[in-house]
Amino acid sequence: MSANSIETGAGGGLVKWIDSRLPIFSYMQKEYGEYPAPRNFNYWWNFGALAMFLLVTMIVTGLWLAMQYTPHVDLAFASVQRIMRDVNSGWFIRLVHVNGASFFFIVVYIHLFRGMYYGSFKAPRELLWMLGVVILLLMMATSFMGYVLPWGQLSFWGATVITNLFSAIPLVGDAVVTWLWGGFTVANPTLNRFYALHFLLPFLIVGVVGLHVVALHVTGSNNPLGIEPKSKQDTVPFHPYYTIKDSFGLGVFLVIFAIVVFFAPDFFSEPENYERADFLKTPEEIVPEWYFLPFFAILRAVPAIWFIEAKLAGVIAMFASIFVLFVLPWLDTAKVRSGKFRPIFRWFFWIFIANVLVLGYVGGKPPNETVFEGIESFDFLALGRITTAWYFIHFLVVLPLLGRFERPLPLPESISAAVLGTQKGGGPVGSGAAAKPMEKA
Amino acid sequence: MSEQVQDHDGHDEGRRDFLYITTGAFAAAIGAAAIWPFIDAWNPSADVLALASTEADLSAIEVGQSVTVVWRGKPVFIRHRTEEEIALANLLPEDLPDPQSDGERVLKPEWLVVVGICTHLGCVPLGQKTDDNRGEYDGWFCPCHGSHYDTSGRIRKGPAPRNLDVPEYAFLTDSSIRVG
Amino acid sequence: MLGRLGIGFVGVAALVALPLVAATASEDGKPRKPTEQEWSFDGIFGKFDRAELQRGFNVFNRVCASCHSLEFLAYRHLIGIGLSAEEIKAIAAENDVVDGPDEFGDSFERPARPSDPYFQPFDNEQQARAANGGAFPPDLTLITKIRSGPDYVYALLTGYGEELPESLEPSPGTEYNPYFKSWTIAMPEPLFDDAVEYADGTAATAEQMSRDVSAFLAWAAEPELERRKQTGFVVVIFLIILAGLLYASKRKMWADLH
Repeated sequence: MSANSIETGAGGGLVKWIDSRLPIFSYMQKEYGEYPAPRNFNYWWNFGALAMFLLVTMIVTGLWLAMQYTPHVDLAFASVQRIMRDVNSGWFIRLVHVNGASFFFIVVYIHLFRGMYYGSFKAPRELLWMLGVVILLLMMATSFMGYVLPWGQLSFWGATVITNLFSAIPLVGDAVVTWLWGGFTVANPTLNRFYALHFLLPFLIVGVVGLHVVALHVTGSNNPLGIEPKSKQDTVPFHPYYTIKDSFGLGVFLVIFAIVVFFAPDFFSEPENYERADFLKTPEEIVPEWYFLPFFAILRAVPAIWFIEAKLAGVIAMFASIFVLFVLPWLDTAKVRSGKFRPIFRWFFWIFIANVLVLGYVGGKPPNETVFEGIESFDFLALGRITTAWYFIHFLVVLPLLGRFERPLPLPESISAAVLGTQKGGGPVGSGAAAKPMEKA
Repeated sequence: MSEQVQDHDGHDEGRRDFLYITTGAFAAAIGAAAIWPFIDAWNPSADVLALASTEADLSAIEVGQSVTVVWRGKPVFIRHRTEEEIALANLLPEDLPDPQSDGERVLKPEWLVVVGICTHLGCVPLGQKTDDNRGEYDGWFCPCHGSHYDTSGRIRKGPAPRNLDVPEYAFLTDSSIRVG
Repeated sequence: MLGRLGIGFVGVAALVALPLVAATASEDGKPRKPTEQEWSFDGIFGKFDRAELQRGFNVFNRVCASCHSLEFLAYRHLIGIGLSAEEIKAIAAENDVVDGPDEFGDSFERPARPSDPYFQPFDNEQQARAANGGAFPPDLTLITKIRSGPDYVYALLTGYGEELPESLEPSPGTEYNPYFKSWTIAMPEPLFDDAVEYADGTAATAEQMSRDVSAFLAWAAEPELERRKQTGFVVVIFLIILAGLLYASKRKMWADLH
């Protein structure tokens, strides 16, 4: 296939006419048709396409909800109920949007962990990775503001607690919080600006995703072996091989997504948010959406350090836990990309995943509750502190040291040698097939 | 795994094409079905439809009086016509721009129910109050571009192309109607 | 509070978090967990029992509505519990609503129409508190969502009459109810045998009425439930077929590569 294949077929004349003036067709052909992708992607490589699908889904459903939603403190809650009860198919559109947010985070977290395991952030893909972290940050801001819009109890109190974090800033903290609120409490001006930003930010995400994809197509995709393709043997054209594989992945995803939307639409949501916001009544526990829980745990875990009060220290730690991802390409000094060839790293990777999950669990628990019955002194705050410490140790100590002292397994000669040598599947490389000198990734 | 050997005979290719076409058709059908909720969401919602009809009590309207009720966000004129107005309405001149007999436009001769929007460019005509300018035919007069309507709401003079619309309505009792 | 969310997380983190869950299973100071009931609308093929909903509405309309509102319910919505347009009109007309302004600029009262929101016993929270000894009877449209299902409503309504445990101080104007958050509830036991008369001849025991009104409130919170599950069943079947076809296509397409 070559670029001139676009000239064939019905309407080819018009396509050619447009393409010679604005080469969108040959661009698509080049970047999504012929784009040489390593032939050994496993199913963990589906999640980028899934994230793209969810981004579009969220924007479309969000746009439709915006047509019916009223951003006013007196009317917002009722307008959401009107969408659920009176608007044709309103319940469907809203449930897709609400659950889509959770699935978006699931998909993006898996995408991110995949990148961490297979070393997709390593040179020359550092900027690709950093753009991904920017997308994650934008997603967090977007979902946080979106959660405020239905104006339930947790919308209001979540907004209050999170905006109050900025009061930790020395000297100007209180002024900043008042400025964020546009008043002296979370109120209508706050809701209005959150609504405006919740509408805007997704389009910013689209822009950064565009850069993310451009960067990807400059460096080419990483793959489960973490070695660069050397010959045509090592790659396949993106279309049809990965379009069909991504489509299949999407099909499986849609089944799971539909089951949740239609049969367990409240699975991810807090029942308390079905109660309208009441500024006089704080819920017993204010729990953020599940995808923030690990960060919420870090926020609460950090005590006062030297002259920094606990609140500020917590905020710094929480932001640091995300910003550390930006410098991950320079913290992980290993020469080999893929975790497949890093026996010790692999252990630490799974410990890290477990640690993040425990952090998430801790984030949803009252800090002073005991973890194990009978051990009074060990409460969730203590567990949160240990796991928070490990989170940073993993990035700041374990990864740099591993790069220095770990002895990686020998890398296969090429992707095709590894894949074809061990039959189909593109799965783990058999040890026998790969006994070749180590390659610099 | 152990599927049959790929011999490139026509039979196998036919099967493959059939599979691809079926898959594509299925995906297209599901995609199209997924679009429907978004189209449907623009149709009038249940709360809007619930206000699609308006009930009006006629018992308080004296002979010769008119009232305006709001129906689907539009004014509806209800006039309790006098004998003379009914007689005027029953005159059927030859040169009507939009010929219609009065009988086609009312359910009961003493009650005229029309949508109070000029069929020209959508202004609300004058004539609901007895001291309004009711135009040359004693019905309604649209001040925007000078359309004159008679006591049956028919256009008699001026730029309007059609008679005032008669909404769908029904008498619930002798003294109440439901519009819409 | 962590509820399903926590369970969801544990599901993912089963290995790590399992030992941590057990600790919170039984704790003092927490309300008693409602026993699980069977409802006609449970499960994939769940459907509302229209007769049950109508009985439940009868109970709500005659008993609960004197203190509790159903803010997001309009009379016209009652078509969903199987009432006819005429019946709904008659029910609506039992209450007056304020409309206006009339031609003199004054508000006036008229019988409610099906398009009007369901009758609200109080104009605002302050009035409600003043009339109820300081307690605020909450809106119940979404109560089964807030409390994760109708089991809670049923348990609460049938949970009166137990002896106050000695550990609790009796507080005036409240009754003991182990299912309520603070164990003492300002609402006196609301349902007694034959408080309403059922049109379909069902014996109106307190237990039966509690059940019916809980089902009605579940409907009021999620009127879309039936359509959601029916649509969902078809959607999931079709998507499974699509995923299967895509898998077969993917296999075919990749076959010549290996």
